[in-house]
Amino acid sequence: MCAKPVKKQPQQVETTGHQWDGIEEYNNPMPRWWVWTFYATIVWGVAYSVAYPAWPLLREATPGLLGASTRADVAAEIAAVDAANAAVKAQLVAADLNAIGADPGLATFAENAGAAIFRTNCATCHGSGAAGFEGKGYPNLLDDDWLWGGTMEDIHLTITHGIRNTTDPDARYSEMPRFGADELLDEDQIGQVVEHVLAISGQEHDAALAAAGATVFAENCASCHMDDGSGDRSLGAPKLSDAIWLYGGSRAAITETVVNARFGVMPDWNERLTEDEIRAVSFYVHGRGGGE
Amino acid sequence: MAFLDKHKAIETHATLLMVLSLLVVTIGGIVQIVPLFYLENTIEKVEGVRPYTPLELAGREIYLREGCYGCHSQMIRPMRDEVERYGHYSLAAESMYDRPFQWGSKRTGPDLARVGGRYSDEWHQDHFENAKSVVPESVMPPYGFLADRPLDGKFIADLVATHRMTGVPYTDDMVANARADFAVQADPLEDSGGLEDRYGEDVFGTVVNVRNFDGRPELTEMDALIAYIQVLGTMVDFSTFTPVANR
Repeated sequence: MCAKPVKKQPQQVETTGHQWDGIEEYNNPMPRWWVWTFYATIVWGVAYSVAYPAWPLLREATPGLLGASTRADVAAEIAAVDAANAAVKAQLVAADLNAIGADPGLATFAENAGAAIFRTNCATCHGSGAAGFEGKGYPNLLDDDWLWGGTMEDIHLTITHGIRNTTDPDARYSEMPRFGADELLDEDQIGQVVEHVLAISGQEHDAALAAAGATVFAENCASCHMDDGSGDRSLGAPKLSDAIWLYGGSRAAITETVVNARFGVMPDWNERLTEDEIRAVSFYVHGRGGGE
Repeated sequence: MAFLDKHKAIETHATLLMVLSLLVVTIGGIVQIVPLFYLENTIEKVEGVRPYTPLELAGREIYLREGCYGCHSQMIRPMRDEVERYGHYSLAAESMYDRPFQWGSKRTGPDLARVGGRYSDEWHQDHFENAKSVVPESVMPPYGFLADRPLDGKFIADLVATHRMTGVPYTDDMVANARADFAVQADPLEDSGGLEDRYGEDVFGTVVNVRNFDGRPELTEMDALIAYIQVLGTMVDFSTFTPVANR
């Protein structure tokens, strides 16, 4: 393979001795650069398998002399970022929830970290712009209409423990009765109370039915939604007297809600997010416009 | 390097060339095949990973049937950006009962290795019916028809038995009660004690989700698929388990 210098003239090159109809076959050597590259790859392969994890043995693969490990690399990389953020994170955890905004450095960190956490974990339900999905039960976080309260403490608690989930015993919990499905109200009463809800939310309604519905509302709904339909945040009972709806404000949607009730669930994030992350995303949500 | 010029002896001797070729191919074969015989040793021992319950297994079949793996991987690689986004990187043990594994290599949609528990059942229903209604930028096709396809679990015991044949440690008890366990997991009103005894926290250290996953009275493919989705990546408790650092 690695032959002597080759002369340019064809007639001086050795032939293989084969002849077909007078055509001879030259026995040119492989180009020298090719041959040496080939040897180099062999040397490289051997060296690599010594330096890096390579050969599978009975229990595990040979670890390699350089001690390379993807797990160690990712741990080190995360540790480096954590170390860089440790001070500001500790500050965030120690800070009073309402004082985060007062410190510009802390606020900038919380805003940006919160935005990233929101996009990763919350945007799936609440939308990438935090506007929720009206009519589907995913609340809009941009407005000032809060189900469970819009102060930093309220938002922090909601994110930490979630709502009506089965995984956290401290989750916010309330359950609207299924007035129709469980026959707590008959069809006429449901029709009346729906008109009443349409009335207090300023929509087109049947005045006679709505007047009758007021009694039904006072007896069945007011204990949570309040007499004037302003809702009760301690129970997560939505305000009914505005134009903001969680599951839709049409006659059909309200009827469905009264008949079968709703049971919106939010996961508790204390398992997946750390305290500083929860605080950051709380700050982010609080700062979307509706924070109290 | 004169010895390198001796290859002519091999190339002009058919039998010798064949014998030596066979030798080289054998080495290649050994390197590829032999490690499979002690594959068990390469799987880290973890706590909490259990075989799928019959309902989850049925959901997994639907996942395969619909080709979900075409767009979704189930493998969080050990890289910082993936760990930050999806959670702890995947361990071999977490897919040791998958036949076949769903690691995948194509992510048109997000990785699903730890999607379990991340979203509510209602969200999954909305999302299966029309993904754009909750994720406007999504290109996922609708799968609402799953809720219209009832499942009776007629052949579920055969499916469990087949998985046992391939090495998943299902017990005789699990195979015999597969159909009952299948139905009870999606019916919170029935007594699910038997299911808990076979797959529950006391046996494997992982809670079995028992609830009506799609909110409809009958058991549908939607129930099965959501049951499967909701268990993905939830079996190992990383608050108590630390993987070996240098694997």
